[in-house]
Amino acid sequence: MHETVGQILITTILSGNFVLAMFLGMCPFLGVTHSVSVAFPLGLATTFVILMASLCAYLLNLVLIPMHMEFLQLICYITVIAAAVQLVEMFVKKQSPVLFRQLGIYLPLITTNCAVLGVALFQTARNYDFVQSLTFATGGGIGFTLALVLLASVRERVKLANVPSVMMGTALTLMLAGTLSLAFMGFAGLGGGE
Amino acid sequence: MSEQNVTALPESQATSSMVMIRALGLAATICGLIIVSTYQGTLKPVAANKQIALERAVFKVVPGATSMREFVATTAGIQLAGENTPDNALKFYAAYDRAGALKGVAAEGAANGYAGEVRVLYAYDPARQAITGIGVVSMHETPGIGDKILTDPDFLRNFNALDVRLNSDMKAVANAVKVVKHGTKQNPWEIDAISGATITSKAVGKGIRESTEKLLPLLLPNADKLKKGDAK
Amino acid sequence: MIPGRNPPTNWSEFIEGLWQRNPIFVMVLGMCPTMAITTSSINSISMGLATTFVLAASCWLISVMRNLIPKEVRIATYIVIIATFVTVVDYAIQAISLGLYEALGAYIKLIVANCLVLGRAEAHAARNKPVAATLNATGMGLGFTLGLFMIGAVRELLGAGKLFGVSLFGPDYQPWVVMILPPGGFFVMGGWLMLFAIVRSRKAKSAPPTVAVTGAQNA
Repeated sequence: MHETVGQILITTILSGNFVLAMFLGMCPFLGVTHSVSVAFPLGLATTFVILMASLCAYLLNLVLIPMHMEFLQLICYITVIAAAVQLVEMFVKKQSPVLFRQLGIYLPLITTNCAVLGVALFQTARNYDFVQSLTFATGGGIGFTLALVLLASVRERVKLANVPSVMMGTALTLMLAGTLSLAFMGFAGLGGGE
Repeated sequence: MSEQNVTALPESQATSSMVMIRALGLAATICGLIIVSTYQGTLKPVAANKQIALERAVFKVVPGATSMREFVATTAGIQLAGENTPDNALKFYAAYDRAGALKGVAAEGAANGYAGEVRVLYAYDPARQAITGIGVVSMHETPGIGDKILTDPDFLRNFNALDVRLNSDMKAVANAVKVVKHGTKQNPWEIDAISGATITSKAVGKGIRESTEKLLPLLLPNADKLKKGDAK
Repeated sequence: MIPGRNPPTNWSEFIEGLWQRNPIFVMVLGMCPTMAITTSSINSISMGLATTFVLAASCWLISVMRNLIPKEVRIATYIVIIATFVTVVDYAIQAISLGLYEALGAYIKLIVANCLVLGRAEAHAARNKPVAATLNATGMGLGFTLGLFMIGAVRELLGAGKLFGVSLFGPDYQPWVVMILPPGGFFVMGGWLMLFAIVRSRKAKSAPPTVAVTGAQNA
């Protein structure tokens, strides 16, 4: 695909937002968005892992594709992601033990975050070159963080609202997420066609 | 707590690296074997599936064809697709009828639509220098809106004789394929978009335009090479 | 394990994932494919069955190898094993039906990132014998499939007027297209959860108040 950097950025952040349009990264989206102060750092940590994963996937493909070993792609990607998450964990633990405890299980769970693996898979499927891949990863991370922070902000407000008891909990989060997703559909076509 | 079905996780005081490496190595070996045997086992069925799907698509878009051959076009000319195909060569398919005469050429164009890539196979008639039909290979457009490109008869009629003539020096398409607003088509190289599904219509147009701009100047000057089809 | 409860039998291992601890509606795991793939019943069931295979095969192998895998590298090993079976399913679906493969798209490979699979491996397969582990995993997988179908059927019905690709309301049906689009996934699942909450609260209201058995005795 011959998409420009600008097109890719706009698509991944807005019209093709990883979370609200492509359903990647659902677990943290539904689980960690109870407060912005936790959602935002997690978004940043995930963005970093996404960038690492994108870079490593691109490099791996330089080896695997000429050797016709595409069937090893999945297992290599996920191993690299697991390693990157280990690094991030160690970094966060040292830099900010408070944040480390706040993020809890969700930090190692970045390994199974579909958004991270999804970036590697999609950029391979779309045959992006190096610059496109990096842009895709950056946009993906930004879009992910944006979606998380938006939902977290809404949920913080809703905590003080009068919600019917049958809707409390995950059901409410899902309805809010659906509305957010509907809103983002307004960006459709931006950065896509002519 | 009843322990009948539960065994504790293996306890170890700071497991030695050898044990860890051994475990990972064992897992990797077993998994490697599983993956490779699956890959080998499914290689033939998958290739067969792809060939069947391709033939079905080409025969649908070039009616009357019963056999086809895959060619590639490069700046050096046309050649049959094979082991030595250069990476940036453009693929296309020549479709022949039962008597071995060339019925048409099929090639793929792709562009981003509303929700991902829209891949279209178009049929090209070198004699008339026009596109004679399209078939959608894959798309993820909105059902009920974008997927009208599959069925809308007015939209499909655009492609009965879409003009993709080359200009006199045979180096470029004379008039670039263009998607215009529904109901405003005036020239044979324009495509009337589906009202309400502009983005998807534009994707189809863009895919065809980009493909024809690259492929036709390489293909048409050598079109007689295609005519020597084997009678099947 | 709760003191006083009977040790799990093979049957109860299998059953618990089907409804009581349904992966989608109760444990809320494996959300990525749930939202993305449930645009039609056939896609939902296919994805569910593919996930069930990966779950069962991975949990079986992990359970067989559970005593050989040291604690420190367990997550990495589980992931490698799961990725292997996902690759197997990926190629198997290509060999079976390219049409289905196109429909499910990248989400087949994303089964490896499904929290449900890793979660079961860590919480159950690593601690139990192969038979129990495989049965539990299969039950969870089938429960997952059931949940996917429930969401997919509603979305397909409302969003396209079809079920299993068969048009139920005739050609003049005006589809509620948003149900097939991303927001629909959120709304339908939220809707199901709300329905369950309503049913639960009705049951709680109509049931006679019971005295807590393990709570403190009120004077």
